[in-house]
Amino acid sequence: MSACASTLRVAIVDDEAPARSRMHDLLEDCAPDLRVQVIGEAANGRDLLELLQREPADVVLLDIRMPEMDGIEAAQHLHKLARRPAVIFTTAFDAYALKAFELHAVDYLVKPIRLQRLQDALSRVHAHSGPGIELLQQLQSQARRHLSVQERGKLILVPVDKILFLRAELKYVTIRTAERDYLLEESLTRLEEEFAERFVRIHRSCLVAREHIDRFERVAEESGWRVLLRGLNERLPVSRRQQHVIREFARV
Amino acid sequence: MGSIDQSIHRDALPDFRNLGVILRIVCIVLLLCVFAALCQVQSWAGTFERFLEVVLPVQPALLLSLGALWAASDWLRRRPYREGILLVALLELGIAALVHAGLAWIMPDLALGGLERHGVLALAATSLVLYYFHLRSRALSPALTEARLQALQARIRPHFLFNSINAVLSLIRLQPRRAEVALEDMAELFRVLMADNRELSTLAREVELTRQYLNLEQLRLGARLRVEWHVDNMPGDALIPPLVLQPLVENAVYHGIEPCTGPGVISINVYKSPRGEIHLVLRNPYRRDGAHHAGNKMALGNIRERLSLHFDAEAGLRSTVSENTYQVHIVMPYRTAAVAAAPVAEALA
Repeated sequence: MSACASTLRVAIVDDEAPARSRMHDLLEDCAPDLRVQVIGEAANGRDLLELLQREPADVVLLDIRMPEMDGIEAAQHLHKLARRPAVIFTTAFDAYALKAFELHAVDYLVKPIRLQRLQDALSRVHAHSGPGIELLQQLQSQARRHLSVQERGKLILVPVDKILFLRAELKYVTIRTAERDYLLEESLTRLEEEFAERFVRIHRSCLVAREHIDRFERVAEESGWRVLLRGLNERLPVSRRQQHVIREFARV
Repeated sequence: MGSIDQSIHRDALPDFRNLGVILRIVCIVLLLCVFAALCQVQSWAGTFERFLEVVLPVQPALLLSLGALWAASDWLRRRPYREGILLVALLELGIAALVHAGLAWIMPDLALGGLERHGVLALAATSLVLYYFHLRSRALSPALTEARLQALQARIRPHFLFNSINAVLSLIRLQPRRAEVALEDMAELFRVLMADNRELSTLAREVELTRQYLNLEQLRLGARLRVEWHVDNMPGDALIPPLVLQPLVENAVYHGIEPCTGPGVISINVYKSPRGEIHLVLRNPYRRDGAHHAGNKMALGNIRERLSLHFDAEAGLRSTVSENTYQVHIVMPYRTAAVAAAPVAEALA
């Protein structure tokens, strides 16, 4: 395996500073047997993705429970990176996820971590080792906080609470925030399921953020309805089939 | 008395000074009067009038009984159970006779019926009430033996335990002294967690325990966790079921601090109100989109249950959510070891 010959570039991700420093110590202890270089530390998934854009890594030691963006979500976004690192999950306790990792032979380490287990895991690592995207989606207990899109080789994170609407267009889904558009390669139906609490379908091809709905307007000449979103000039048509949404909104 | 094995159920008279007990007695007796009226009259309108007639001699007897039992509560409860029952029955017979004589004197033209009828009815009501409390204490006694177990189960997430051990490990090489203190805090915490938690603890001990717990969390979370204590006016000797405050604070850290990157404040406010109640108010930041709420509800339910096991209706727990703060407010009676020396099983009623 190639990792042994060259130095293994490792990123440490944990929201607790002592846990990161402990991991640092352990990686230093690997020294004679394994050549490891820590390329950086991150306190959550978002910071990790930023770090990886500057400093590519071979392996990410990824904590599961973190604020802002947890490990499960971060691992999903990692799949879109051009140089995708291998993932080894670390966790103090997460019965549900560990069971799934066990079942799908995904590498993980439980904290406190023994040096031997860390060495074993690192020496087993090869490119793209880590959980598949389906497993991650299945493990995700709550909706993602961010959607990730690729633009000119860069990964851009769009916070879900900034999104005004999502519209299916041919192969892509357009994400619209107050500032600009992004193109996303995911299915609108899956997005609708995942973010059912946040977005409501107003048209066969359009989901709008409930909290950004300003009002509904009747269009005289077409006898249809349009929705106005806060911070947006565009008026989006509400299809006849989805007009029950207007009644629900009026009730609230 | 402290070493009695409470897993064996012991019959005891209820605590007649407990508000919950008093309310239960009043309810049972008034319900009996309603049934009596219902049986005697065929129309609804008549029933109410009949009820008033029935209640007339019952009301003074009830008030006198509650007063007498309140005064004699401690003394009665120190007797063996059978003797206590007998004494209560005699007391009620005496009160029935007294009320009968008093009413005959004040309202001579009232059709009262014979003294012996009043005696029989008083005894019937008394035995019904005592039997009810007997059954209730039987029903609750397994709950009491389980209280300790529940306290353990509700407590200490494995998540906290393993992360703390990991944090201590990180200190050993560079800051061995801090590691020592952290391990001492941890030992203290687990000593309480593994103790027999059926006996009441004191507020001062509970606050100390919570401080040790927070020291450990501070180690892990650093500047993300800020704690504001307002406990200067708290009566440290007040009795409180063990592990009431610490689990709530643990919840606050888990749901209010850990999901945020920025610093968050947990404020803990303990004071005695002018009415002589202990108030425990805990606030922490609240995130709307947080998961894991089921776990929080379970912990609150567990604490609520244990509060009512110890204080019945006199204690309460209320949780409120505002825009971005989550608050838990506990009210409980101010009891000290001097007043409530009776073992928990008796306080239970």
